[in-house]
Amino acid sequence: MMDILNILMSESFWAASLRIATPLIFGVLGALLCEKSGVLNLGIEGIFVTGAMVGWMAVWLGLGLWGGVLAAAVAGAAFGLLHAILTVPLGLSQHVSGLGVTLFATSLSYFTYRTALPTVSSPPKIESFRALDIPVLSDLPFLGPVLFQQTAFTWLALLMVLLVWYVLNRTPLGVAIQAVGDNPDSVDAQGLSVYGLRIGAVVAGSALMALGGAFLTMSAFDSFFFGMVNGRGWICIALVIFASWRPGKALLGALLFGAFDALQVRLQTEVGALVPSQVFIAAPYVLSIVALVIAARRADYPRALLTPWFKGQR
Amino acid sequence: MIRIEPRAATSQAFKLGLPVLSAVIALLAAAIPLAFAGANILTAYGEMVKGVFGSLFAVSEMLTRATPLIFTGLAAALAFRARLWNIGAEGQLYLGAMAAVAIGAGAIEAPSYILVPVIIVMGCAAGAAGMVVPTVLKTRFGADEVVTTLLLNFIVLIFLQYMLEGPLKDPMGMGWPQSAPILDEGTLPGLMTRMRVHSGLIIALVAAAVAQVMLSRSVWGFKLRAVGENAPAARHAGIGVDRTLLSVAIVSGGLAGMAGVSEVAGLKGYLTADLSPGFGYTGIVVAMLAGLSPVGVVVAALFIASVFVGADSMSRSMGVSSYLADLIVSMSLLCVLIGGFFARYKITRSAPTKGEAS
Amino acid sequence: MTDTKVLSLNGLSKRFGSVIANDCVDLELHKGEVLALLGENGAGKTTLMNMLFGHYMPDAGTVEVADEAGQMQALPLGHPQAALAAGIGMVHQHFALAENLSALNNIVLGSERLSLLRRDLKAARAKIERIMQHTGLTVTLDTPVGRLSVGERQRVEILKALYRDVRILVLDEPTAVLTPQEADTLFENIGAMTREGLSVIFISHKLREVLAFSQRIAVLRHGKKVGEIATAEADERIIARMMVGADTPETARQEMTPGAPVLTLQDVSVTGRSKRDSLTGANLTVHAHEILGIAGVSGNGQSALAGLISGLNRPTSGRVTLAAEEVAQVTPTNMIKAGVGRIPEDRHHDGMVGAMSVAENMVIERLSDPEVQSAGFLKKDAITANAEKLTADYDVRGPGVGARARLLSGGNIQKMILARVFEQSPKLILANQPTRGLDMLAASEVARRLLEARAAGAGIVLISEDLDEILGLADRVVVIHDGEMIEAETRDREAIGLMMAGEVTPHEPQQSGAETQ
Repeated sequence: MMDILNILMSESFWAASLRIATPLIFGVLGALLCEKSGVLNLGIEGIFVTGAMVGWMAVWLGLGLWGGVLAAAVAGAAFGLLHAILTVPLGLSQHVSGLGVTLFATSLSYFTYRTALPTVSSPPKIESFRALDIPVLSDLPFLGPVLFQQTAFTWLALLMVLLVWYVLNRTPLGVAIQAVGDNPDSVDAQGLSVYGLRIGAVVAGSALMALGGAFLTMSAFDSFFFGMVNGRGWICIALVIFASWRPGKALLGALLFGAFDALQVRLQTEVGALVPSQVFIAAPYVLSIVALVIAARRADYPRALLTPWFKGQR
Repeated sequence: MIRIEPRAATSQAFKLGLPVLSAVIALLAAAIPLAFAGANILTAYGEMVKGVFGSLFAVSEMLTRATPLIFTGLAAALAFRARLWNIGAEGQLYLGAMAAVAIGAGAIEAPSYILVPVIIVMGCAAGAAGMVVPTVLKTRFGADEVVTTLLLNFIVLIFLQYMLEGPLKDPMGMGWPQSAPILDEGTLPGLMTRMRVHSGLIIALVAAAVAQVMLSRSVWGFKLRAVGENAPAARHAGIGVDRTLLSVAIVSGGLAGMAGVSEVAGLKGYLTADLSPGFGYTGIVVAMLAGLSPVGVVVAALFIASVFVGADSMSRSMGVSSYLADLIVSMSLLCVLIGGFFARYKITRSAPTKGEAS
Repeated sequence: MTDTKVLSLNGLSKRFGSVIANDCVDLELHKGEVLALLGENGAGKTTLMNMLFGHYMPDAGTVEVADEAGQMQALPLGHPQAALAAGIGMVHQHFALAENLSALNNIVLGSERLSLLRRDLKAARAKIERIMQHTGLTVTLDTPVGRLSVGERQRVEILKALYRDVRILVLDEPTAVLTPQEADTLFENIGAMTREGLSVIFISHKLREVLAFSQRIAVLRHGKKVGEIATAEADERIIARMMVGADTPETARQEMTPGAPVLTLQDVSVTGRSKRDSLTGANLTVHAHEILGIAGVSGNGQSALAGLISGLNRPTSGRVTLAAEEVAQVTPTNMIKAGVGRIPEDRHHDGMVGAMSVAENMVIERLSDPEVQSAGFLKKDAITANAEKLTADYDVRGPGVGARARLLSGGNIQKMILARVFEQSPKLILANQPTRGLDMLAASEVARRLLEARAAGAGIVLISEDLDEILGLADRVVVIHDGEMIEAETRDREAIGLMMAGEVTPHEPQQSGAETQ
């Protein structure tokens, strides 16, 4: 018991929690934006892979760190556009299209990486984002290491939470996105474009998802390897439901998740002898399912989620 | 103004031609990544064909590859027909495989006419259990089975690592995380001497035929289709929706489990953590290419298996990344999806027919 | 009313596949006028208005609208934005509201530039409040629309149009979901607005309100305009004949002596998501040879009652007795087995599996019947033969019994369901909105079948929002309001209307199934 308390008190634990939560924050926000407009985007897992690969490769090719961030976002947006075209004007099954995008994005990323780097034995490294070093703030006790020694990428994630919240709740665009996810006819009858709003939301959401992937290769680690996304995208889909489609709760969910993951790594070293390590490794996935089961019945689904809409067919 | 207009009926030729066309387009589209990789495109396609049909061995390899895909394709097709999104065939496959080695690698000693059926039944049961859990979470708690089955895949893989490092670890395996081999009595017999194709293929073909008959001719199939096409109407008509979904889950999970049994007991002989190169996920592509028809699954599985075997062979001889095969498979899924749109709708320049004239 | 023309539709035509929805329709509207557009279901009223509003692109014809200066200008077709900009607003029968947003957001939606980074709702709120004061159409602006009543939602829809400064307002079946009193209030508000210069087209098939509130009536039949008449010169018979093209057969209901009770509810409660889809302590008796009409504004517990009789909703308390036997467990299967025939409200959604064949849909409720299956396998020939017979007996027309059920027209889908239900000689029939969306001929066919079943000894629960239908068919009327049922001892429209609005509450729980009947 004391051990857990010690862990919970340590600043390294909270710093790790936020670090682990960062890609999830991007992913949950991206999925939230898509779903708020009425489109489930199961392409998320593949878009994570693409973001990780493209971001890394852009830096490796010398575009610089922020160039990598931009490249990842553009690549994610491109796959988002593919999913959006399939599901919005064509109205195809969002489930199957999303899985198709995941398979396509993943295999294309792997193929591209392998083709560009055919014979490397150990994955090449890039100079990744460094921890911020802000005078005074970074030296604060506790808060310094937890908040102000993260990388700029983590701060970008936190900024995105604010931005997505603001856009959804405080701008005409956000209100229109919320409306199109509830009842597309309401938007159409007022002369706005259902297709435009949905495609835009999916493209923007997918760009955010790709940033989650890029964080893995550009901040958390410094190289790309196969299987590194490892279900993070799917976890985000579960977390959106848990967060009831609210940006603030999404941040909370991702942080809780990060904290839990950080805790299990530390517990593993404490009680690893007693419990097989796999119990800890599986814990995040189990936790996601538990969160989903708890939240499912109370969840306030966007009413038009999964329902295609065709112009002129009221 | 361009409008989307639903077709009243889709011709049979269109339905059959659509997946073929999608497959061809996906294969042709592979020229782009091939060119990107700097390969001579014509040579590459030639190598692919040779890799599948160039020899009896090649054909045998293709059929061997198709066997698990028929099982996972059927698992997806039946579940999707009932609108039960089983994306967890990968995990269910490993559950089936684990059950097979748990029983067949020495735990029970019996003649093969007992041991093989026992392994099959237990493998299917394990796979079924893997799908029953998310289905109950769906019917009881409303938890979306897409997400739960996807996450369960990861949980099963982690469980597999534990089993291969622990209870199922082969004591003679020189420390590798692999299971002990299945006894000879538990092995599915081969079909041709010196070839890897095994009797799992026969079981797969029988399963497809039975699934086809059950789907179109049985009361169970009627209920499955009714629940899938319109669950509220089925419930209103007195069809037990939850019970039907549960039965579909058992069959679907069982088929995926059988894929695992077939791979360990028919092909590999022992279980490792890389038994399946994503057969569970590829099964979804197979099912979609098949238009969710069990007989179609066989054809689609043969095609996808050809892509894998052909592309593998080609990439070995030409030094192109073998991820090309996955790329072609994923593109054929996207193509068949888009094609499915044109089967149901036509794009016209006039106005839609669906709007009700009232 | 002035003679200034504000709108003219010239030769609008629209074809859907082989169906001609509108054939060269001309229509004019004058400033300050209330024009009623009348016609049966399927006559082409909504299509015409959807072309005006830009939802459909006409095959031929033009539309001219007066601009602010009163000059007639051609309206670009096929663009809702253009219609909105020209001052045309439409209130659809199915509300186009985002339920997760407040009324204010719904009203303002689309009138702000989407690129704005900030919203200024003060001016918008002030303007809406001014409109509300002016017209008497009041709603709470900050409540999510999902929590508003149907009447309030309709007011939001009208406010949406008025906020856009429309000069022409189209109302599609505006009273379908209102109590008679609410409808009267609505028309009073409209009257006030037209005096200020608004021009209104309202689509309806209710002769009574058309005669009471319009100045001019245009009648559509089979997509053509068959006549126009000043309301002052019209009466029900004249316009009914214009609508149908002939006198409709009167459904003659003969008095009958009720038989033994077939359904008894004793203190039955059903808990739904809200009080509006719940039942509280319901008491009800339906006898053989009797049609019991359930009158009420939609969303007052009808779905809970229908769900209960269908077997979809389990009662949380109380006893359900069918033909003197208590139903131990309320499930669809048990209700079907006990002899309950169910005609669901939403026939497309609950009544059939559209992707399955007509033949399969005709046996979907009796899959354990040995006539349909043996040893778990379907008797395909018997199923086809059954469907051939029923489609002939009930005149179900379509592309054949092997074709997908969704290819049938609405009227034929209903006949398919009637065939499935009546063929089992049910003891009790639940008919939930059985004629909604049907044309007069199909509707009178349904009424005839219900009366036949009553003569054959069935007890019938008829749920309808159309009070005229209930008064025409029912032997007894029970009003449902807020999940409670009260028997109406009167057949007076006004009195029943007040009960529907909940303005008459019993001082003590009344036995609706009065055994003295």
